[in-house]
Amino acid sequence: MRAYDLAVAGAGPAGMAAAIEAASLGLSVLVVDEQPAPGGQVFRSVESAAGDPALAGEFLDAGGALARGFRAALGPGGGIDYSPRTTLWHVDLAAGVASVLREGVSEEIAVSRLLLATGAQERPVPIPGWTLPGVMGAGAAQILLKTAGAVPRGPLVLAGQGPLTWLLAVQLLRAREGVGEGPVTLLETGGKGALWDAVRAGGLWTGRRLLGKGVSLVREARRRGLRVVRGVRDLRAEGEGRVRRVRWAGGEAACDTLLLHEGVVPSTHVSRALGLEHRWDEAQRCWRPALDAWGATSHDLVAVAGDGGGIGGWEAASATGRIAAIDAARRLGRLPEREAAARAAPHRAALAAALALRPFLDRLYAPAPEVLAPRDDSTVVCRCEELTAGQVRQAARLGATGPNQAKAYLRAGMGPCQGRMCGTTVAALIAETRGVPIAEAGALRPRAPFKPLTVGELAALQPEELG
Amino acid sequence: MSAPLFTARPEARPAAVEVLVEGRPVAVPEGASAAAAVLLAGTPAIRETPVTGSPRLPYCMMGICFDCLARIDGVANRQACMVTVAPGMRIEPQRGARAARPGDRPGAAA
Repeated sequence: MRAYDLAVAGAGPAGMAAAIEAASLGLSVLVVDEQPAPGGQVFRSVESAAGDPALAGEFLDAGGALARGFRAALGPGGGIDYSPRTTLWHVDLAAGVASVLREGVSEEIAVSRLLLATGAQERPVPIPGWTLPGVMGAGAAQILLKTAGAVPRGPLVLAGQGPLTWLLAVQLLRAREGVGEGPVTLLETGGKGALWDAVRAGGLWTGRRLLGKGVSLVREARRRGLRVVRGVRDLRAEGEGRVRRVRWAGGEAACDTLLLHEGVVPSTHVSRALGLEHRWDEAQRCWRPALDAWGATSHDLVAVAGDGGGIGGWEAASATGRIAAIDAARRLGRLPEREAAARAAPHRAALAAALALRPFLDRLYAPAPEVLAPRDDSTVVCRCEELTAGQVRQAARLGATGPNQAKAYLRAGMGPCQGRMCGTTVAALIAETRGVPIAEAGALRPRAPFKPLTVGELAALQPEELG
Repeated sequence: MSAPLFTARPEARPAAVEVLVEGRPVAVPEGASAAAAVLLAGTPAIRETPVTGSPRLPYCMMGICFDCLARIDGVANRQACMVTVAPGMRIEPQRGARAARPGDRPGAAA
């Protein structure tokens, strides 16, 4: 069985930074990542997208530099084994053994410390009609642009809110030049008064560089002809067999593609499956693992870095990756306590700077209550089992106290996605019906395998590793 | 086939890999996913759900939603957004549940 001081799950900004830092401290490091190339979602395919002018800016500059730094650290004797196209599907916490799947072959690996750098997912946006072909996450369209240079061709509507909507609008407007047909519209769902509430959160001066980035995106989007409608409520997608139009209170627009976005939330599927302690974050309206200042979780073996521990963006993710790697070296006896604190100090300063604008953004882009608990009972909330908000409310009235009970009532969370899409919506609907906080309804407890694998892939484990 | 929802931009990303989507050749950039190939091909649905048979296309493109489950090179239930294209790859929509055993009628109860 191969053995490593540190195994890192995820090759985004947090995972790459952690691996580089840990290797420089003399640790043996394994990085497993589901994608074929480093970058994570934020810098997905950054190496092969280098020639795409639509992605010019921070993506190609900062992302490209991070990926180059990571590749450079992989050199012979560099101390990092990088395993792309690899899925972590089980962790035996007591034994310190991680099970991974790569190209049809499973392998068990002994790890002294495990760092989950699994990043974020888009917050599901359950509106009536969101299962229609042509309705996607905004992040999904951005991934298509990054990985394939592809753009939506016809009339396009982006609906929702958050920094990504403006960035994506700019990137798609650039990329659609000469190939796009029809208008590009942004339906902003933000509530009135959110801006003033957000300004009171402060951080604008410290976060002025990030704020400036946002302002220049808004300017470019408008210059390139983006149509913007503000204060949009009661979104619904309509069409037969595919989306044809989007309606909202007081308006409608024809579209071939509808991109939804209400921010991103930590990917906690693995950390919840491991039984780690989690807390409901009321500011970001999501679950996050309970972490100390080094990224250490409630279990001695496991740490979390990056957006998987709470949304902070790629610069914060890089800093938390470094900090978690320093802590790994300290715990494994490779770095004295005092040196660990000194070595972490610049990364803590970088983290504070990266997070300065976060309270402002969290308030400005707080999702409306109906994003978490859709009002219309006919809205599908579990896309796999095709269960509606009304069915979940009914289960709550019958006595389901949280998403783990709703599984038994309805099969919500038992389809192929294992509750990644519906878990928080189901919890919010039950909490609303019972009149309790979402934290009390609780989070789904997924089980391994974290991703489905075939019997053949399981059987491909080396016999000597069984038992 | 309907008009594809997405269009490639060969001047930015050369379409270097030819795959077969429902038997039809489609050229896509190296490093793209099988799900991207389906969207570029204009296939109306990458799967029909086992519960009601409703059509779906990829939703998240990052391995979360499982709405892009498809039959790739003869293997059903693959997350098409997590599979990188290779020359000659065969990508077919998945209708209903996958067959329990090879040779079974797809969608039949296991």
